[in-house]
Amino acid sequence: MSRESGAFGPFGGQFAPETLMPALAELDDAWAEAQADPAFAANLDAMLRDYVGRETPLTHAERLSEQLGGAQIWLKREDLAHTGAHKINNALGQVLLAQRMGKPRIIAETGAGQHGVATATACARFGIECVVYMGEEDVRRQALNVFRMNLLGAEVVPVTSGARTLKDAINESIRDWVTNVRNTHYLIGSAIGPHPYPVIVRELQSCIGREAKDQLQEKIGRLPDVAIACVGGGSNAIGLFHPLINDPVRLIGVEAAGEGLDARHAATLSAGAPGVLHGTRTYVLQDEHGQITEAHSISAGLDYPGVGPEHAWLMLTERAEYVSVTDDEALDGLKLLSETEGIIPALETAHAIAYAAKIAPSMSSDEVILLGLSGRGDKDVEIVRDALAARER
Amino acid sequence: MTEVGHRYRAAFAASAERGDGPLLFPFLAAGFPTPAETPDLVRAALRGGAAGFEIGVPFSDPLADGPVHQDAYNVALAAGATLETALDAVRVARAESPDAPLTLMGYLNPFLACGPAGLDGGAGDPGSAVGEPLEALARRASEADVDGVIIVDLPVDESDAAREVLAEHGISLIYLLAPTSTEERIDAVARQASGFIYLLSLTGVTGARDQIARDLATFVGRVKARTDTPLAVGFGISRREHVLQVGEMVPAAIIGSALTATIASAPPDGRTAAVERYLEVVTGRRSETTGE
Repeated sequence: MSRESGAFGPFGGQFAPETLMPALAELDDAWAEAQADPAFAANLDAMLRDYVGRETPLTHAERLSEQLGGAQIWLKREDLAHTGAHKINNALGQVLLAQRMGKPRIIAETGAGQHGVATATACARFGIECVVYMGEEDVRRQALNVFRMNLLGAEVVPVTSGARTLKDAINESIRDWVTNVRNTHYLIGSAIGPHPYPVIVRELQSCIGREAKDQLQEKIGRLPDVAIACVGGGSNAIGLFHPLINDPVRLIGVEAAGEGLDARHAATLSAGAPGVLHGTRTYVLQDEHGQITEAHSISAGLDYPGVGPEHAWLMLTERAEYVSVTDDEALDGLKLLSETEGIIPALETAHAIAYAAKIAPSMSSDEVILLGLSGRGDKDVEIVRDALAARER
Repeated sequence: MTEVGHRYRAAFAASAERGDGPLLFPFLAAGFPTPAETPDLVRAALRGGAAGFEIGVPFSDPLADGPVHQDAYNVALAAGATLETALDAVRVARAESPDAPLTLMGYLNPFLACGPAGLDGGAGDPGSAVGEPLEALARRASEADVDGVIIVDLPVDESDAAREVLAEHGISLIYLLAPTSTEERIDAVARQASGFIYLLSLTGVTGARDQIARDLATFVGRVKARTDTPLAVGFGISRREHVLQVGEMVPAAIIGSALTATIASAPPDGRTAAVERYLEVVTGRRSETTGE
């Protein structure tokens, strides 16, 4: 396999402080060597099978499809992976990579806590020291996930800078890495950051799309017409899309429109502008002076003012479409899937469901939507209860 | 147009001739604590013995900075600071001191925001794509008579277009090297450097430290073996003794967080006096022990 440069047209790249550049080169080398080593893939595949529970099922959402009265919707069930979301695919792969590099310490950022829990889980499994940076505001909102990470033996460091959310947790992780780069691997949680992270995370998440494609082939003997996934940083979406890029499949990424695109939102591709954030050139939510603005979404996992650079490229080249869905619509999406299929999805995933519900009725019943069900909603039930109660009032 | 980097060359040559090194380039966060105070703080630092400046352009997400500069940038931004505040600081310094090397220091995104989106044709790689948006920065910086620009998150690998567009406007792109930089990376920077090379004294974020890093001499030696470009050392320098230690190795020292902290802790009506006095101490014009 030839090595990727990290450029997605004018996006991507390595816009990182000099101190980190040698570590990024080391990571790029380690990744290339791991890719060339059949033992690495065999080891990872065994872990994904026996520990994570892959492959995850592909479920035909029959009642949902029937109710919407159009396309057949199939769900790729990442909610059934260990720890309840796709995040574990990446965390496990990178922990194996860190082991190869002989890095005894792992740091990670987390917003809602899903990536933090996945990283703490993978580190516990391999007995590696784990420090998770989490915005103080998120520590407060997601107290149970903090406790989960502690149970798994990780140290959770509340971040008090900036808005005290995901963006600031990433800043603080990078500051730790700048300081401890010689013995530490930064296990970034989405397909963002400087090269080679967007490539590594995409490859580690591509099992989602590869499996779904094979499963759909096996079950109905065809490709989907449309693939839909939610996009924050965009790791589950790129994992679903990438194996379908050369196929005649419409790819749709759904961003969080929060309270609306003219109010507080997290729809970076829909309403941001090109810029550089966290080491990569991509679309960014920013003001006229290039200051990063706060993102907002009911879903903490989509609450990020940047997006993976490959998505920026897929949008520019019109290979994928990016749309957005409000907090309110996402809540409806969550209720819809819960009531029709007995699956409570994560609020992130609910955005993709809400958009599928918009387009499915206008499609014919022999057309197929493949939907990335990125995570389960247990973590969100309190937020959902409060939001629905507020809506009743 | 004058040659790129001429003020740096002249300043280093004159300092070497005087033999009173090192030159002290304080880092001043533009707009901290308010844009209105920045001009007086610039003048105070010059009175105290600043040989030039790094003028910090505030950014919302300064990921290589420690808490002191994070806070300073937040305060400056809340007070309305922009790139223009930094350019104003340069104009003030230039009016006071026609020969002082004046450098803007910041992160890429606020610099890019000066110009267009940089998506023409959708072609090229990310490093090339930032050239077009940075053209506007280069023009504005040149009009303010800036000598160089340090971009913390623009490593040499992605810097060709940026360096060329700045050079077209007579401005040096000042590179950084870190203790983790390999010989290969030092060579890459040495090939492209003009003005000076900024050496980070330590592996970490900005912020005052008690002592100069023990392995600094080794690092400086590794760089000196591969370039004749003048070197400046920054990060972690706060005291006269640090400046003297650094001066044994390189012709310039940069003080950042310690100066910012001095401004932050001074009473509102005593900030300029505190800056002048602190600069006098670290440049050796005033004795540290007696404070007289």
